[in-house]
Amino acid sequence: MTFSWWKLSYFLLALLIVPNRAFAMHIMEGFLPIEWAIFWWVITTPFIILGLRSIRKTMEENPETKMLLGLSGAFAFVLSALKIPSVTGSCSHPTGVGLGTVLFGPLAMSVIGTIVLLFQSLLLAHGGITTLGANAFSMAIVGPFIAYFVFKGAQQIGLSFSLAVFFAAMLGDLGTYIVTSVQLALAFPSEVGGFMASFTKFAGIFALTQIPLAVSEGILTVIVMNFLKKYNVSELKTLRVFSTKEAH
Amino acid sequence: MKRNVLLLVIVVLLAIIPLFIQKGAEFGGADGEAEAAIGEIDAEYEPWFDSLWEPPSGEIESLLFVLQAAIGAGFIGYFIGYMRGKHKEG
Repeated sequence: MTFSWWKLSYFLLALLIVPNRAFAMHIMEGFLPIEWAIFWWVITTPFIILGLRSIRKTMEENPETKMLLGLSGAFAFVLSALKIPSVTGSCSHPTGVGLGTVLFGPLAMSVIGTIVLLFQSLLLAHGGITTLGANAFSMAIVGPFIAYFVFKGAQQIGLSFSLAVFFAAMLGDLGTYIVTSVQLALAFPSEVGGFMASFTKFAGIFALTQIPLAVSEGILTVIVMNFLKKYNVSELKTLRVFSTKEAH
Repeated sequence: MKRNVLLLVIVVLLAIIPLFIQKGAEFGGADGEAEAAIGEIDAEYEPWFDSLWEPPSGEIESLLFVLQAAIGAGFIGYFIGYMRGKHKEG
């Protein structure tokens, strides 16, 4: 009997000592010092302008891909609404930007990702307007760029199309969270250990929670791509999604 | 098709397994936890801006989240149906 008492008190103590951290993926409204908020807005804005141009160009040249652009947006919308439980005992959500990146390139997703983030900050008090520049930089710029280079790199070394898509979406998702950790650590360096100590703290929370979610995002993106490969081959060829080897 | 079903099963398992591994965890997705971490590093920090509008309750918030997912999923469903139909004609 005493034994279970011990267990119980040990458990309660553990609960007190081990902080049960959960992060949603965005930096909350007002939680970046103003100079950092402005800094990230300045960095992000040119990408959005370039992204708008890139989308306009694609739509003028290949109007038949309009539906695919809608799909990319819808996919990001759905995935970022799914708060999925993770092994750390907290929830987070995927980003869904990998699909559009593979189809339309990273610049186009800087616009679509920002639209998703804007919706969430205005209607869900999730993320924020002051922190939108920073959040867009991580989710709509760095995430897609990582996804893009991973995708191209994987094709270069001859991985199958599905695997290339999987790694692109997965690493883009993880990259997003790592950037968020960097942004928070830059704004809030620890008194002892500075930037690195803070980064370790934030990344430890983020990265662990996000790993199974990143895998899920990779798989979901592959599922959608499998469908597109069957029904939208001509559009995929127009958008030059396949590597030269696969495009016969 | 078979492969897609199998992949979907993996995704579902990835989401369910944590519920069993982490029995009794809170499974919060709270941004408030981020505030705690920031508070530990810099106790002086005060957020300088508040959300312009917050959902008045958890219910309203879940409504908006469901709308976000439903609109997106609706379009994806439409897309799949449209493409399959087009494919059959062609």
